[in-house]
Amino acid sequence: MPGSARSILSGTGLPELDSAVHSQTPIKLSDGRRGFCGVVVSVGRVANAQGNAPGSSAPGEGSAVHAGLAQDSASARDSELERRLLEIGFVEGAKVEILHEGFIGRDPIAVRVDSMRVALRKREAAAIMVQEIPSGNR
Amino acid sequence: MMLDSPETEARETAAKEAAAKPARIALVGNPNCGKTAMFNALTGSQQKVANYPGVTVERKEGAFVTPQGRRVTVVDLPGTYSLRGRSPDEVVTRDVILGRAQSVERPDLLVCVADSTNLRLMLRLVLELSSVGIPMILVLNMWDIAEYRGIEIDIAGLSRELGIACIPASAVTHDGSLRLRGEIDRMLANLGTAGKPHWSEMSAGEVRDAHHAADSMVARYVSRAHGGRDWTDRIDRVLLHPVAGILILLAVLFLIFQAVFSWAVIPMDMISAAVDWLNASARSVLPESLLTSLLTDGIITGVGSVIVFLPQIVILFFFIILLEDFGYMARAAFLMDRIVGGAGLHGRSFIPLLSSFACAIPGVMATRVIENPLQRLATIMVAPLMTCSARIPVYTLIIAAFIPHAKVAGLFDLQGLVMFALYATGIISAFAVAFVFRKFVWRGESEPFIMELPGYKRPMLRSVAMGVLQRAIIFLRRAGTIILSMMILIWFLSTFPYAPEGATGPAINYSFAGMLGHALQPLLAPIGFNWQISVALIPGLAAREVAVGALATVYAIGGDAGGGALGAAIGAQWSLATALSLLTWYIFAPQCVSTLGVVKRETNSWRWPIVMFGYMLALAWLASFAVYQTAIVMGMG
Repeated sequence: MPGSARSILSGTGLPELDSAVHSQTPIKLSDGRRGFCGVVVSVGRVANAQGNAPGSSAPGEGSAVHAGLAQDSASARDSELERRLLEIGFVEGAKVEILHEGFIGRDPIAVRVDSMRVALRKREAAAIMVQEIPSGNR
Repeated sequence: MMLDSPETEARETAAKEAAAKPARIALVGNPNCGKTAMFNALTGSQQKVANYPGVTVERKEGAFVTPQGRRVTVVDLPGTYSLRGRSPDEVVTRDVILGRAQSVERPDLLVCVADSTNLRLMLRLVLELSSVGIPMILVLNMWDIAEYRGIEIDIAGLSRELGIACIPASAVTHDGSLRLRGEIDRMLANLGTAGKPHWSEMSAGEVRDAHHAADSMVARYVSRAHGGRDWTDRIDRVLLHPVAGILILLAVLFLIFQAVFSWAVIPMDMISAAVDWLNASARSVLPESLLTSLLTDGIITGVGSVIVFLPQIVILFFFIILLEDFGYMARAAFLMDRIVGGAGLHGRSFIPLLSSFACAIPGVMATRVIENPLQRLATIMVAPLMTCSARIPVYTLIIAAFIPHAKVAGLFDLQGLVMFALYATGIISAFAVAFVFRKFVWRGESEPFIMELPGYKRPMLRSVAMGVLQRAIIFLRRAGTIILSMMILIWFLSTFPYAPEGATGPAINYSFAGMLGHALQPLLAPIGFNWQISVALIPGLAAREVAVGALATVYAIGGDAGGGALGAAIGAQWSLATALSLLTWYIFAPQCVSTLGVVKRETNSWRWPIVMFGYMLALAWLASFAVYQTAIVMGMG
């Protein structure tokens, strides 16, 4: 589904975010630091869920690229992770905020997803692409 | 929706038929939505806990009578986010709802329970549930908390859009559950028969679509006042702090163990006094006979020495259930994830392991929340290394007899510290064993750690009390069945055959138990066990705490101790090295048939209980050997 993230974003009732969203490059949720505020642009479409060095794999022009990657490397495991992340609320357009980090290697992280809090390891968080909301727009 | 069905006549006939037998309703909801509190409020004390056949998923059923006099049975289904059924728990929920479960009839009505402060995930599940063909109502639970936080929900709008009745409720208030019962009455009065389920597993795309539908409903019907952050955020800032959080967790665990020891003293003294009194009066009333000996030496002494630990078990479970209800257990899992993860376990392994401190059986059963089979197996295999409360009798007996009641650094009780060390050793060895297993036996991907951190809630005394009561009943039932029969067996073994005429040693030396103990003793001599201990270990295989009762029986019949002075007897007869060796033995030894039985049932093969028995026995002997020989060298023999 090329471009789905973008089309979904515009239909979430968060129009005021759109301009801010497009001004930033999406990052993996696992690369965000404590206090990071953003919005989910894609879930479960990152081919390499292991590497999470900041900026090492900045994903080009957004969702179309991820969709292409997903078709090549989609495995049962990735799709399982994707559905689990979706089921607990990580869906395109959801607002996220990193609340806490674990004391060893900043792992796992506690994230606010809309009105609930979810704990997850960075390995799983690497499958979620998020776009920062500049502090002025929060 | 089912209610729109045009076949009114058929529906009325069905309703009349249904009125004769109790209606069946099932509670469905996300984890942490307050479903169990709602279940407790609906059913009160009329509930029973059993297992689903074949799986050890806890099956909670209760009953109540509606205001109109209709009898209703309620099933509390395990919490889930979807019907995909990844874990045994979630499979049960799905199978019951779809009518695939063998033991449970398909419910007539689904009561969906949602946390009013966090509606979207439940709305998504409700959308999925609308394809299963059973009439539903949506209960907006924790309404009081939502009101307090300034969250407003347009109930009429939500109800219209979903096509089902929505009822605000609060399990805490009597009013809330009364209203719900009335609504259930109204629903049952004009209930259609359940239609065929046309549910199929949702694809990722369908989950997304359902999410967006749910989000759009939340956007239209829920308004939330921006009244700053709630209490949960403030509490989390401290409890999940990278440094303070860990220190608090350790302090909480330490405090629990200190409390288990200091609070339990008075009720335990009262119980042992009652047992002594019972023994003395039985002896004074009944004539000297074999039957009197069975009653006093066998049953009263034996069972009494186990029941005396009920206060400690109650206190431990009180804390575990209290922290669970408060919402702290999920935080503990978060804080511990990296540590248990280092051993190849899972953050979710923490709660089963913590439950194993009370008893390995609920611990092993609680591993069903771990979806990955390998991580689940690893958790099961190490769960019995956690110090369960059945070891407490053995530990307390030996500690009280050998460790002085001194203060260390003017603050900590030395006896408490030794106990803490025993617990710590159990934990460390569990991690070490898990690490070895995961590294060399079961290599494989670790499961994703994704877990909701529920908002903090003030625990309800009633709900905590009910949980503690259930655990206490399970323990007493064990004392009344397996432990009682073991006590009679050990009494028989230690009484027959009689000592020959003119025998010089104590009578038990000539009994079956004496023979068995003596036969085993050469194997246990290198770890410092005398024949009395060897004898006590045999019935102790049934359950760890039985060993204490067995020792009491062995020493009482041997004429070495009278009344409840077992501690004094062993204090006089054992060396410190033997005592330390036995403490070490109990950290590791697989002395619990029930645990092995549960492992067999959970893993569906005899392989794993046998592996567990073997590795634990080997560890126990080797560790005891090391401790005993070291202690001898240090002059504690």
